[in-house]
Amino acid sequence: MSANAKPYGLIAEFENTSSVLHAAESVNEAGFRKWDVFTPFPIHGMDKAMGIKNSKVGWFSFLGGVIGYASGMLMIWWMNAVDYQILVGGKPMFSPHGAFPPSYELTILFGAFGAIGGMMFLNRLPKLHHPLLKHKRFALVTHDKFFVVIETADPKYSESETRKLLEAAGSKRIEMVEE
Amino acid sequence: MSDAATEIKVPVVPAELAREPLVQNNRSFGWISDRVSAITEGKTPKWWWAAFVPSVLLMGLLGAMLFYQITTGVGVWGNHHPTMWGWDIINFVWWIGIGHAGTLISAILFLMRQRWRTAVNRAAEAMTIFAVMCAGIYPGVHVGRVWFDWWLFPIPTYQGLWPQFRSPLMWDVFAVSTYFTVSVLFWYVGLIPDLATMRDRAKTKVKQFIYGFFALGWTGSNRHWSNYEKAYLILAGLSTPLVLSVHSIVSLDFAVSQLPGWHTTIFPPYFVAGAVFSGFGMVLTLLIPLRSMCHLEDIITMRHIDVMCKVTLATGCIVSYAYVMEFIIAWYSGSAMEKFHFMNRALGPMWWGWVMMMSCNMIVPQLFWFKKVRNNLVLVFIMSIFINIGMWFERFVIVVVGLYREFLPSNWGYYMPTWVDICTYLGTFGLFFTMFLLFMRFLPMIAISEVKGVTPEADPHHPSAGGKGNGGKH
Repeated sequence: MSANAKPYGLIAEFENTSSVLHAAESVNEAGFRKWDVFTPFPIHGMDKAMGIKNSKVGWFSFLGGVIGYASGMLMIWWMNAVDYQILVGGKPMFSPHGAFPPSYELTILFGAFGAIGGMMFLNRLPKLHHPLLKHKRFALVTHDKFFVVIETADPKYSESETRKLLEAAGSKRIEMVEE
Repeated sequence: MSDAATEIKVPVVPAELAREPLVQNNRSFGWISDRVSAITEGKTPKWWWAAFVPSVLLMGLLGAMLFYQITTGVGVWGNHHPTMWGWDIINFVWWIGIGHAGTLISAILFLMRQRWRTAVNRAAEAMTIFAVMCAGIYPGVHVGRVWFDWWLFPIPTYQGLWPQFRSPLMWDVFAVSTYFTVSVLFWYVGLIPDLATMRDRAKTKVKQFIYGFFALGWTGSNRHWSNYEKAYLILAGLSTPLVLSVHSIVSLDFAVSQLPGWHTTIFPPYFVAGAVFSGFGMVLTLLIPLRSMCHLEDIITMRHIDVMCKVTLATGCIVSYAYVMEFIIAWYSGSAMEKFHFMNRALGPMWWGWVMMMSCNMIVPQLFWFKKVRNNLVLVFIMSIFINIGMWFERFVIVVVGLYREFLPSNWGYYMPTWVDICTYLGTFGLFFTMFLLFMRFLPMIAISEVKGVTPEADPHHPSAGGKGNGGKH
């Protein structure tokens, strides 16, 4: 432990999904704000236990879809009916039916961009540098262990009290992570 | 919440009604990541090289054939008047159809909460991407002047010309390129947590850097999982109408024309069902050998094989229905041209194509009604190859038989592929298998985090996870 290392937070390890879920419930009830649960896979009911609201990714995707459909229709109308008119078999210069399939595909394409872009933006990813990624034990989060991390930046944080809370929640292994 | 309140008595399911677990032998979370990652770690097995070297050679054959075709002209293929579409379009439709099973498994089965999909979705999605790559080559080169391919896209140029969007071929450009892009994105989003697993296991600096770079700094944070799961759900919701539209639009390439045998409204649903049917054939062809080569029997269990056989049977029955219905529509239409086309299909000089299609796609899958057959891996493997062959002949019947005897008898001809056609097709297998082998050697071919999520331990209410209830149904 180097002398000038700033503490990032307390990391508590849990063995199974049930115990980490209950720990999350008690941390949430204690009123912490800057904390998180780290798991190898999403645990059913964890969002509720942590008090996380419904994700906003859907709005990004919806916006993408609307832009995709509108730009498809406008593009085809402008290209085939305005900028360079080509008469094919006496059909109208623009018809929403003929323009529908490409616009439909663009709706999906931009909707997918919106979903992924929204997810990355809300999660602030990519973020290749994170204090937890330097913690040796934390590598097991993608294997078979479950962690609760409470940041020192949380207004309710106090080293002894927070440690007690995590111990009471059933963690056998609580360590300090540095910045 | 008091302990008494959480103790709910759930009736125990009798043994004969209990479902087989999705992961056999009560494997732990750690076992799942160890087992799947082991395929990418350690020494390269001999069988991998034995498969990889011929694949690369075949891919070289593809390159040589494309070079010859591009420098010489489309005349090196068997496409001649009146059969202006030949193996190029057959193989395009065949490959892209194979891709559809991957999206069905990853998207539609996800929306239907079919949890067994987790064991096979990653490999099936990879299959989709590589199959679409093989498919994409054909329309690109069959235009003849490859150097004008960019005319297909709405790019502003000095000519001030735009694509003509009333053509279904133009719709196809948008459908296939969107399909490829969204399939890659969906696959990549699914890979992120597993890439983090690979990053955390990596022993060398190079591996740590590469896997770490593509894992985007994933930590498994539940706040991230919440957005991630929503994005995944939306992608599944978007991919479902996408996959249905792609083969529908491919079928419109035919159905929007005026040709007997092509000009029919049954085409879109029939093509989609056929695509899923052939794709499941290919998934079985790939996964049956792989599960034993890579020792994944506990993850890709007999239950998985059984369910996939059932999907194949169901889609095979839809396809069979369409085959019969086409004849009934031709008879009912009263159109002499339509009637002639279907008589010619079954009894004309290319009757053998129709017989191959009917026997492989209509009769062979009927064996899947029997559990004994579904549990016999050798038989299922052989049948899956017959399905791949049958679906190739279906496209042969549609493309070639649809063209070689159309309206005017003076216009009739016959079709023969050339050696270039055959070698190009063989070459696409080289591309496909090279990509697939590289994928399974360098990336986790099973969705590690998703498989962990469907084990009983993952359910916080299950006793094995320290919970107090009986857990959900697995």
